[in-house]
Amino acid sequence: MKENSLWKDAFRRLIKDKWALGSLIIVLVYSTVALLAALGIIAGDWAKEVGASNMAPNVEHWLGTDIFGRDVLSKVLRGTQIAMSVGLVTSLIAIPIGVVLGALAGYFGGWVDDLITWLYTTFSSIPNIMLLISITMILGKGIFAVYIALGATSWVTLCRLIRGEVMKHKEREYVQAAGAIGGGHFRKLFLHILPNVTHIVIINTSLQFQFAIKSEVILSYLGLGVQGEPSWGTMIDDAKLELSRGVWWQLAGATTAMFLVVLAFNLLGDALRDSLDPKLKGK
Amino acid sequence: MIKYIIRRLLYLIPVLLGVSFIIFVLFNLVSGDPTAVLLGKNATAKQMAELREQLGLNKPLLDQYFDVVKSAFTFNFGYSWATKQEISHMILQGAYPSLCLSVPAFVIATILSLIISLVVAFYRGKGIDLFVRIMCIAGVSVSALAYILFFQYFFAYKLGWFEISGFEYGFPDFIPFVALPAIIFILLSLGPDVRFFRTVILDEIYQDYVRTARAKGLSEVVILLKHVLRNALIPIITYVVIQIPSLILGALLLENFFSIPGLGGITLNALNSSDFPVIKAMAILSSVLYILLSLLTDVLYTFADPRVKLK
Repeated sequence: MKENSLWKDAFRRLIKDKWALGSLIIVLVYSTVALLAALGIIAGDWAKEVGASNMAPNVEHWLGTDIFGRDVLSKVLRGTQIAMSVGLVTSLIAIPIGVVLGALAGYFGGWVDDLITWLYTTFSSIPNIMLLISITMILGKGIFAVYIALGATSWVTLCRLIRGEVMKHKEREYVQAAGAIGGGHFRKLFLHILPNVTHIVIINTSLQFQFAIKSEVILSYLGLGVQGEPSWGTMIDDAKLELSRGVWWQLAGATTAMFLVVLAFNLLGDALRDSLDPKLKGK
Repeated sequence: MIKYIIRRLLYLIPVLLGVSFIIFVLFNLVSGDPTAVLLGKNATAKQMAELREQLGLNKPLLDQYFDVVKSAFTFNFGYSWATKQEISHMILQGAYPSLCLSVPAFVIATILSLIISLVVAFYRGKGIDLFVRIMCIAGVSVSALAYILFFQYFFAYKLGWFEISGFEYGFPDFIPFVALPAIIFILLSLGPDVRFFRTVILDEIYQDYVRTARAKGLSEVVILLKHVLRNALIPIITYVVIQIPSLILGALLLENFFSIPGLGGITLNALNSSDFPVIKAMAILSSVLYILLSLLTDVLYTFADPRVKLK
């Protein structure tokens, strides 16, 4: 008999939805671009002067050139690498913290729960933008500070969701059964309960990526983000002064690049929720 | 209920201590010695030592921490490094333009979103529902920066319908200055608001009591307004009230683009001049506001839903 695992079913449901499939393809394309840019295979020479200053889009330079005669398309591709890396690194910071703390709080309850609840209430009490500004300001401008700031703010949502879900699961029969055959706390929590709540991590990551990308753009626009490298945010900042002179292509390039990937992550997040958590379908 | 409120107020203490601790760690421990930055390259060691004394950086760490905690209760934040003004005075001054922009915009945006979501819920599954959903998801995917840039360029610069930047104190003089940023604020809020409200309303619409109401022969409009909305109120209240603290800062980008001298402007100026005490004050103030409003949300629940007993 053919095996029909939960994940296979979910994947099949996901690719049946053509919006979700499209989003998945966009995300894969962006990831590839980011990887190639990180390895220097594409857009490695973004800083080179390739033509006159502020050339309108043409056959040679599809998105024109900026004030220093640099190719805008290369800058957009380079910015893709920055944006995707911010999404990836903040997820890598937020997921372990959020999952472990959320699982411990939900499973053990009592003072552990009180402590962890207090911790995330405290973090969520400082408005996000204020915490982001403070951390990036203190750590000094740059991409590293953006990683830390976004990581420090984004584990909270995941922690809260995991805590709630683990609480629901810990009294279920399968966990009792695991306990009855001699499984300890560690075994019950990490081998039995956690695999059943992973879907939350996946859905949340998709939404986390789009939040991280949007925040990176705003922080870079404010001058707190990546220094000396093109980011979509700094490109939009440049465009602020250029727009009145009719130079629209930097703005258009950066905005479109960001729009597509954020839209894709949004749609993918919704589709993942529908396919992994069919109870919530259509909500 | 009084008992509950007192208990909740007591719970504020550990949270406030925690918030103060994070801010203390960031601004007093991690940030390092600010005197070199403040005095410039030609500072002598004596000058630096004097300034350190003056800023209270020589105090034991525990005292410095208690200073942060104290400021969360007294709102006495000391003086700005850049402008030498008293910070609480700066904040009071900046609050006026900020509130002129964000309060009307926030109220209109919330009401408008609620109306749109009710209409969309009424026509759920039809063309208009799909259209609004697509607009919302596309709308939230465009960078806020792009909206602001485009609207400012097109409506203020090209067409000249609005003031490009600046602010005028006093009613109704401020209206031409805040009108365009307010419109952008509303547009920016519509996407996420409608998405959230629609979900919440649709959550309720498939409940049994709605079927009962329909069976009684009530019209769909009455069901929506009297039954569904009432029950959807709790998540809506939470969502709306929790946004208020970020309102002071939510208009940060708008204030920056339109040169409105509000709290967002103060924060960004402080950011550019490494004016730590001002950023610190804004962080503390917005957190205190957040904590108080989350208490208010809980109390509002009891009015929205009498079944909620606070204990």
